[in-house]
Amino acid sequence: MPVQCSNCVQRRAVLKRPKTGHSLCKDCFFWAFEEEIHQTIVSAGLFNRGETVAIGASGGKDSTVLAHVMKVLNERYDYDLNLLLLSVDEGITGYRDDSLETVKRNQQQYELPLKIVSYEELYGWTMDAIVKKVGLKNNCTFCGVFRRQALDRGAMMLKVDKICTGHNADDVAETVLMNVLRGDIARLRRCTSISTASDGEGAIPRCKPLKYAYEKEIVLYAYFKKLDYFSTECIYSPNAYRGHARAFLKDLESIRPSSIIDVIHSGETLSIKEGVKMPVQGTCSRCGYISSQALCKSCVLLEGLNRGLPKLGIGKHHRLHGKILAQEPLTEQEEKKLKAVDF
Amino acid sequence: MKCKEGTAVLIIRVNDAFCRSCFKEYFIHKFRAMLGKNRVIFPQEKVLLAVSGGTASCSMLSQVQEGLSREAPKKLRFVPGIIYIDDGGACGRSAEERQRSNALLKSIFTETGFTYFIVSLEQVFSLPTSVLVPGTSDPDPSNPSYKQAVDQYIKEKQTLTEENVASAVAQLNIEDSAYSPEHKLALERLFSSMKTLTAKEDMLQTLRQHLILHIARENGYSKVMMGDSCSRLAVKLLSNIALGRGAALASDTGFSDPRYGDVVIVRPMRDYSSKEIAFYSRMFNVPSVFISGLDTKTHDKASIQRLTESFVTNLQFDFPSTVSTIYRTSEKLHTVMPPQSQTAEPASKCLLCLCTLDTKVDKASAFHATLVSEQLSQIKLQDPSLDAPAQSAEQCCTEGQGCGPGGCCSSNRLPSHQDLKTLLCYSCRLTIKDMVATNTLPPYIITEAEKRQKRSQMKMEISEYLLEDDEEDGGTAAL
Repeated sequence: MPVQCSNCVQRRAVLKRPKTGHSLCKDCFFWAFEEEIHQTIVSAGLFNRGETVAIGASGGKDSTVLAHVMKVLNERYDYDLNLLLLSVDEGITGYRDDSLETVKRNQQQYELPLKIVSYEELYGWTMDAIVKKVGLKNNCTFCGVFRRQALDRGAMMLKVDKICTGHNADDVAETVLMNVLRGDIARLRRCTSISTASDGEGAIPRCKPLKYAYEKEIVLYAYFKKLDYFSTECIYSPNAYRGHARAFLKDLESIRPSSIIDVIHSGETLSIKEGVKMPVQGTCSRCGYISSQALCKSCVLLEGLNRGLPKLGIGKHHRLHGKILAQEPLTEQEEKKLKAVDF
Repeated sequence: MKCKEGTAVLIIRVNDAFCRSCFKEYFIHKFRAMLGKNRVIFPQEKVLLAVSGGTASCSMLSQVQEGLSREAPKKLRFVPGIIYIDDGGACGRSAEERQRSNALLKSIFTETGFTYFIVSLEQVFSLPTSVLVPGTSDPDPSNPSYKQAVDQYIKEKQTLTEENVASAVAQLNIEDSAYSPEHKLALERLFSSMKTLTAKEDMLQTLRQHLILHIARENGYSKVMMGDSCSRLAVKLLSNIALGRGAALASDTGFSDPRYGDVVIVRPMRDYSSKEIAFYSRMFNVPSVFISGLDTKTHDKASIQRLTESFVTNLQFDFPSTVSTIYRTSEKLHTVMPPQSQTAEPASKCLLCLCTLDTKVDKASAFHATLVSEQLSQIKLQDPSLDAPAQSAEQCCTEGQGCGPGGCCSSNRLPSHQDLKTLLCYSCRLTIKDMVATNTLPPYIITEAEKRQKRSQMKMEISEYLLEDDEEDGGTAAL
């Protein structure tokens, strides 16, 4: 017996929404999905009129859907935004070069200008080279830190006002869980905010318009709209700690579909005791970007890579910051600790 | 490791090897330190020990016994009672099994010589509604600070004789394990109207808390000690996050839980990992009874709580610091308490779990997003809060999927899902959503819900005449 769409009741339902369990027809689903993102944008006041916004595009489903929806909403509700695509090339063969092709296709399909920045030109290191030095376990740290900076630098080159990324509800929920498991109180407090604080010190605010959209719904949307995206996992991802949090979240979702939003709700409503030590925001003394220590993380990581001490950025190393700044050589003992593990 | 003389018999935490006597000392010291550091138990206070029969709560019992016994250098100074709740009716255990485990526990309790209460969960159906109202803790200015209280007690101790203490302890023991068949049926109906195991466990937990609270209040106990270990609390923290209880995390897993007002729940065993407790009870023969619960022998994905437990245990295997990291995270949280006023409306607390409501719809919050999604996926009803049951029933049947705001099966008189929802916090809403028929809830919950409904309606009618929020007996006309 065919089920009718629960919204328009006229057309036949073709899918069941993972988020609420209602059955909807194609057009009602598109409309509901886009409306929710519009509500998110409006109620959080993410954008102002006339701004230039860079969309972080990786060629994957999140950023493709984000680009598409932003374009649609920009026209439908007249946000008066100037949109463009910004992509980062980490230098992972077999993964990133393929996805970049997808981004180039997106550029033509959506008629948005595109800029690509690469690790090679910014730092002098590709991810493949980094993994050869660091090993398979801690490399996500490097990639993530470098990518943040790369996005910022690319955005500054293009002179945009805001960056938006395709982080979806599953990502935010995973981050909450991971921060609890790792005991990272500072991040736990900040990770559920929909946009980073804009201090005006050369830091461009980043926001997540897809924060309340389930990953499954994003895939459903892309599937029914026949959007073109690249769907392979990063080849280095199986060893990441985040994988555990992700598996847990997937199991939770199978027991109770609303748990993803529940986790985000918990993350938003929990509060930290006063008197807990929190990092204070300052600037890096070498490159001038935001940092809570004397040297920003990417400077530390780069220093480690360049000196052949890849473990410099992993673990606690505050005491060495002074030495690095002053360009002093490290003692033999310190060097031994920081060298890479031989396989 | 510590005394460097005796041979080590066990290893805790990868590096620490203990010999038998050092371990015992370490264990006892931790218990005392926990109580002493937090300074919430005053001398001569009546404290109720909630024992479930498992190793953790029985170890707690034996610690208290040891602490109160004469040989200890610094005696613990409070008056204990024991409570055990027999929830066999909810878990589906037969009457003979229940009697057997009750008898075993009774023998353990009588050995300790403390007052004990053995109560069956069916009693929940005869609770008064006062259980759901947080009592005010008496802010009596004559109440001394902890240090003063202790000094006072030491001075008085010279006059206290042995007989006084003994008589205070050997009071009437209540074994109320008899229950009427209607209550038993009602309990079974309640639990079978819950569709998911997650909701069942949540409801069981809530009902248990209410029952303990009631017994504590009736018999003048101002503190309740629960035997949650570190590992158990880590699992609880994670599963509470998954259930949406972020706002109440600190009270659910912290050392003291003040949300009931006059009765404070403390967790002195929260520093012990389950390994330590297991070693202790094995080596020093702590008597305990294993009683199967709701989620015994279920597979990993049966409920959120069960899933979290297996997740944390597996992760602990690869990363041995997982549990302690989660524990430290929980120490850094605190509950947002609205400014405490004498006449704070009880309506601002959740009906079931009695923590502050976290459902204020902030713009751009997860809760707001959920409401938006619900609206967008359905035909908009004329006035969603006052929809007639007939219309909503029609809606539900044509959809064929998931109930809308008005419960399909609710009759006109009993509170529908929609009414109950406004009185509950985020996660209790989810539990009730999993319920098929809300009329199976125990009567005290339903009456209290109706009472609060009427009060809020009254308040709405006279809202323009109220001067402030916390007027006593509201309804003073503005002049």
